[in-house]
Amino acid sequence: MADLSSTFVGIRSPNPFWLASAPPTDKAYNVVRAYKAGWGGVVWKTLGEDGPPVVNVNGPRYGAIWGADRRLLGLNNIELITDRPLEVNLREIKQVKRDWKDRALVVSLMVPCTEDAWKAILKRVEETGADGVELNFGCPHGMAERGMGSAVGQVPEYIEMVTRWCKQNINTINSITSVDLDLFAPEPTLDGKGTHGGYCGPAVKPIALNMVAEIARNPATRALPISGIGGVTTWRDAAEFLALGAGNVQVCTAAMTYGFKIVQEMISGLSQYLDEKGIALTDLVGRAVPNVTDWQHLNLNYVTKAVISEADCIKCGRCYAACEDTSHQAIAMSADRVFTVKEEECVACNLCVDVCPVAGCITMRELAQGEVDKRTGRPVAPYANWTTHPNNPSARAAE
Amino acid sequence: MTNTPLTPGVAAGRLDAAHLAANFADVAPPLGAHEARVAADRCYFCHDAPCVAACPTAIDIPLFIRQIATGTPEAAARSIFAQNILGGTCARVCPTENLCEGSCVRETAEGKPVEIGALQRFATDTAMASGGHPFARAAATGRKIAVVGAGPAGLACAHRLAMLGHAVTLYDAKPKAGGLNEYGLAAYKVPGGFAQAEVEWLLQIGGIAVVNGWALGREGSLDDLRAGHDAVFLGLGLAGVNALGLAGEHLDQVLPATDFIRELRQASDLTRLPVGRDVVVIGGGMTAIDAAVQSKLLGAENVTIVYRRTQPEMPASRHEQEHATASGVKIIASAAPIAIHGAGRVREVEFAYTRAGAKGLDLTSQTFRLKADQLFTAIGQTLADAPASVALDGRKIAVSGPGRTSLPNVWAGGDCAAGGDDLTVTAVAEGRDAAMDIHANLMGA
Repeated sequence: MADLSSTFVGIRSPNPFWLASAPPTDKAYNVVRAYKAGWGGVVWKTLGEDGPPVVNVNGPRYGAIWGADRRLLGLNNIELITDRPLEVNLREIKQVKRDWKDRALVVSLMVPCTEDAWKAILKRVEETGADGVELNFGCPHGMAERGMGSAVGQVPEYIEMVTRWCKQNINTINSITSVDLDLFAPEPTLDGKGTHGGYCGPAVKPIALNMVAEIARNPATRALPISGIGGVTTWRDAAEFLALGAGNVQVCTAAMTYGFKIVQEMISGLSQYLDEKGIALTDLVGRAVPNVTDWQHLNLNYVTKAVISEADCIKCGRCYAACEDTSHQAIAMSADRVFTVKEEECVACNLCVDVCPVAGCITMRELAQGEVDKRTGRPVAPYANWTTHPNNPSARAAE
Repeated sequence: MTNTPLTPGVAAGRLDAAHLAANFADVAPPLGAHEARVAADRCYFCHDAPCVAACPTAIDIPLFIRQIATGTPEAAARSIFAQNILGGTCARVCPTENLCEGSCVRETAEGKPVEIGALQRFATDTAMASGGHPFARAAATGRKIAVVGAGPAGLACAHRLAMLGHAVTLYDAKPKAGGLNEYGLAAYKVPGGFAQAEVEWLLQIGGIAVVNGWALGREGSLDDLRAGHDAVFLGLGLAGVNALGLAGEHLDQVLPATDFIRELRQASDLTRLPVGRDVVVIGGGMTAIDAAVQSKLLGAENVTIVYRRTQPEMPASRHEQEHATASGVKIIASAAPIAIHGAGRVREVEFAYTRAGAKGLDLTSQTFRLKADQLFTAIGQTLADAPASVALDGRKIAVSGPGRTSLPNVWAGGDCAAGGDDLTVTAVAEGRDAAMDIHANLMGA
């Protein structure tokens, strides 16, 4: 089994799977259960400054969207930072860290934008023995109106200022998951009203992956440690974040959907994958970053054609409907429901692959250099991209 | 109660009322809302879907399933009823494994088709329970049409004609409308008085006058009907039965299976319906299965279906065959009756095993006898009382196109008409299509 132990911003943990600062990490009871289940670390749910506790709504806090069979695809949340007294949280953090020395414990913080406020709370967190702090610049609801959370996160100067006061950064996506069509109000609905909340779960993964990749490949930010977060549900999701440059990952919605036990699949899956590839965890981190590029650098002479395997085809005709109605009319359908690609029409858009219910039934065949593309009638040429394309007004002259 | 399944001869009350009630409850309980949602999620919404092509009434199955999946079963029901006004019965009795579900791409993919029949029932039950009728009549056309036979074909024809604004008189020889839905299907497939409830719901369209106890050739002739109406539709069904042609067929307790099923369907108290300790059913179709299974459910000790060809050749679907064997019915294939023994009433039936020969089936010298207190024959039904003036094709009414007979302004459909499977759903399609043709004909469209 591959060694999954990880060091992120100097914090060691037995695996790169951390629970994100969120409802699952609000108190010792949950965190201890998570550690027992095998989580490598947790980011304790965000603490605020001392004083009267935060007030949460007493109606529904979560909204959701579902896929087939009511599988949860996206969740949103209007719960605020911890509503328990600071003193209680700090006492529990101290005890938990003492009992679970090998696990990472980071404390998330959010206080008003004054140096004194940050300095005061940092001192008290330091006393708990926690491994680090997370600055919550992401909370998109409730706190932003009070000059905290995403209100800070969206102003780079504020982040720089606060980070300087203290010595990382995700902005949660705001969302309304659905509208109650009887009450005519956003869900979750409280007494007839609703509001936007932070969006999370599998639905945000593509957005989060792109953000991670952008940070990882931008020369100005690529040296920064990144904790990948957003829709991590399986070991495969985690591996994708790591490959795009995240040093570890944080999980919330998947744990809230299925319970803490999912970390066992994440550990075994990532471990098997690393063994099969014969690489270490550190080899995986950032491995896909060099292959993230801009559109104008894509090879315009890379030509593929869809191929439909008749043996695997179940004859649903979705590829035909998609191509005929909404794409390039490049699939022929016979009277006995045999579907074949018309290479002279196929632009290789991949839509048929995406809508086919049978994985692997439709594949893309790469045309070898010199092979004639039946659509254009021209042989496949060597690599060339938009920057040198004759139709590009700003192209450098192609030699 | 003193009788049991072991009581000799033909006896009523072999099982107590509670046991009988359980035996004759819904054979396929309806899907709950959650089950329907999960089942609907499995539909791939195929292009030019094979299930639609396999449905004799061409219900837009992917559309109605998507309507269920999106929480609008009433809209789903409307999609169903637009093609098949008896979608409620068809959801219960269609041999879906040979039709829509048999052609489902998920049958190809996983061997587990989308549960189309059960989903159709969910939608139609929901809509029918919510009350009201999904369609409204068009303005009256002033045309009068006689529909003879209130079975699936006649009901579908009458409904479509009434919807188009015609005035329909629906004649039926029996005391109740419904045809085989009321008199011919196994009780556990349509429990709770569903057949009559469906007829009443269907008639809510208005413009249909039902005349019961009216038989063609008895209460009136085809010529009378033609004289008094702009068009006539014949949905006579098959009232006659084929005979075995064996000595002993006259013995007491040798009955057409259809008689037994009809009596059972109309029985107000199943504890008073007699059944044999040993029951033999000859035939291989749905009627044979329905008679055999219901005999067993009434408390017969031994029930055997004997079919002359091999079991894969049985007209009853594999699902029906499995239902029979799971209910405790024994199926003997490749055996044909050669004699019925008894004195006054049947005692035993003698069979010879068969094998495929050059000209059909040959009897072998291997014979066996089965004890029989009752012998039900289910070897096919015949058109009993076709009017002499209408041309036949073999033993059924000859039709061309959408049910046109040899006589002007006379259409026919359902089991009495030549061509098509003898299925409820096929009868509905034929009745509906004849109605559209009658309408086009009368209105000059």
